[in-house]
Amino acid sequence: MKIAVLVKQVPGPESPLPLVSNEDWLDESQVAYIMNESDNYALEEALQIREKNNDGEVVVVSLGPDRTQKVIREALSKGADRGIHIQSQDKYPTDPLLAGSLFAETLKEENFDIIFSGLQSDDLGYGQTGIILGELLGMSTATLAMSTEIINNKIKVKRELEAGYFQWVTMSLPASISVQSGCNTPRYPSLKGIMGAKKKEIHVVTPSVKDQNQSIKKIYAPSSAKETVMIEGSVDQVVEKLVTVFRNEIKIA
Amino acid sequence: MDILVVLEDNNGTIHRMGIESITAAQHISNTLGLSTGALVMGKNTNSLLSEASEYDLDEVLFVNHELLNEYSSDGYAEAVKQVIDQENPTYVLFGHSYQVRDYVPRVSAKLMRPFLADSISIHIDEKEVSLTKQMFNAKLFTDISPHGDTPFLISFQSASFLSDDAVKGNAKTREVSISLDSSMIKSESEEPFKESSGGVDLSAAELIVSVGRGIGKEENIPMVQDLAEALGAEISSSRPVVDSGWLPPSHQVGSSGQAVSPKMYLALGISGAIQHVVGMKASKNIVVINKDPEAPIFEIADYGVVGDLLEIIPKLTEAIQSK
Repeated sequence: MKIAVLVKQVPGPESPLPLVSNEDWLDESQVAYIMNESDNYALEEALQIREKNNDGEVVVVSLGPDRTQKVIREALSKGADRGIHIQSQDKYPTDPLLAGSLFAETLKEENFDIIFSGLQSDDLGYGQTGIILGELLGMSTATLAMSTEIINNKIKVKRELEAGYFQWVTMSLPASISVQSGCNTPRYPSLKGIMGAKKKEIHVVTPSVKDQNQSIKKIYAPSSAKETVMIEGSVDQVVEKLVTVFRNEIKIA
Repeated sequence: MDILVVLEDNNGTIHRMGIESITAAQHISNTLGLSTGALVMGKNTNSLLSEASEYDLDEVLFVNHELLNEYSSDGYAEAVKQVIDQENPTYVLFGHSYQVRDYVPRVSAKLMRPFLADSISIHIDEKEVSLTKQMFNAKLFTDISPHGDTPFLISFQSASFLSDDAVKGNAKTREVSISLDSSMIKSESEEPFKESSGGVDLSAAELIVSVGRGIGKEENIPMVQDLAEALGAEISSSRPVVDSGWLPPSHQVGSSGQAVSPKMYLALGISGAIQHVVGMKASKNIVVINKDPEAPIFEIADYGVVGDLLEIIPKLTEAIQSK
């Protein structure tokens, strides 16, 4: 089983998000980056399949500027076998169709059986790249996987649906699957893993330049959509004011 | 046809977010004077067709194909791609449902045209179109423009447009033929199921008391239940409360739970992650009690209290009971 895991380096939840002066992207020099949360689960799913079968290869693939090698190295220290770094020109593409195309161009000769990705990135949040890649490489696709099982050269996936429903879907390989956060328990790297990762290969690829199909014109802090009436005072005063709002403003009988 | 709205089946009726995208299509159509159509398919085509034709649209298209009776990413992506090829719309609109997230990226890849997903508003004139999208976990907003040839695929986040604003009318219907064969469908789906029994339909609730991680521990849940009972409200929660096992999944509001629009949504200790907010922001009155004044939920609150839930809730219950 040859498995690729797409990982992305994104701003951490506590990172400042200052904007550049022309307000079309972040000032990256002040951003604290981490591995995208759901990508940790994608990596763990791949490592568990390799361990269960006692055979196979897990290749971690990331698109981005040089800094992205940090998350590739992190994945190698957790047990991925080798890395591919797709060098983004200038800055990371904000067009998932372009990103998916760059992954497809790089990975088409690799003939992966499975490609795992996180359900969406915590920065742009499109949730498309892994699925676009699957389509471009002629693979089966599924989103929001809660668990996976390999049966007779097919993959059976428990998908999360809306309104608390789930569904089992069995599809032929190769398949590109995005996984939901919380579907497994991601491991921490061991000291041995961290030492070993230094010797593992990261292959750097510089793809040809292509135009974006969509781009960010402006990025800005949201203005509060609503006037919020703040209710203040002691607990008793707050309770009394809330009851008045319920009765007189919201008109709860 | 200039604007095509792709409608989704929700057990024989049009998915709520599909009606919202009809509202969006009518808005664009009015702004630019464009023709508008909708597309239905799947095993409930007949009932969806009659429901959709009661809206003010130029046409409702339908596809009858046995391979589309059950949803599959393979089949639906190919079917929508073929309809787009035949009808040549400028804009193709969707509600940003789980199903749309599952197959529309593939339509984008098949057409090599962009999918502007999860938009919250559209700004359009003769020269340019741009979509607003939340990024960085809703901490920043972005205005995004598509480039190059049409069509542009666009999905709208839940409640970006209101289903009540969709104008009724009388649309013509027309069948569209596509060609699919079974070798294209590489997956088999089993029946959808729920993990736990006992469903609660919150969508029709007038009053909802909703509890988040800020309640602290499972032992504090009965306090919230008492308040809900005093108000005559249903109780719901955000995902962390369900993941911790404090309430069953059937009570969850948000993108992986139910969508609600009550007269009052009282949010207790809910921070306001985007996955929760999409399920409740259509509520008429949002009242927030949270100890963290920076919690993003305050941005959509009509009334806000910064305070300690464990102090406020019992006294509030008592005050309501004494009326």
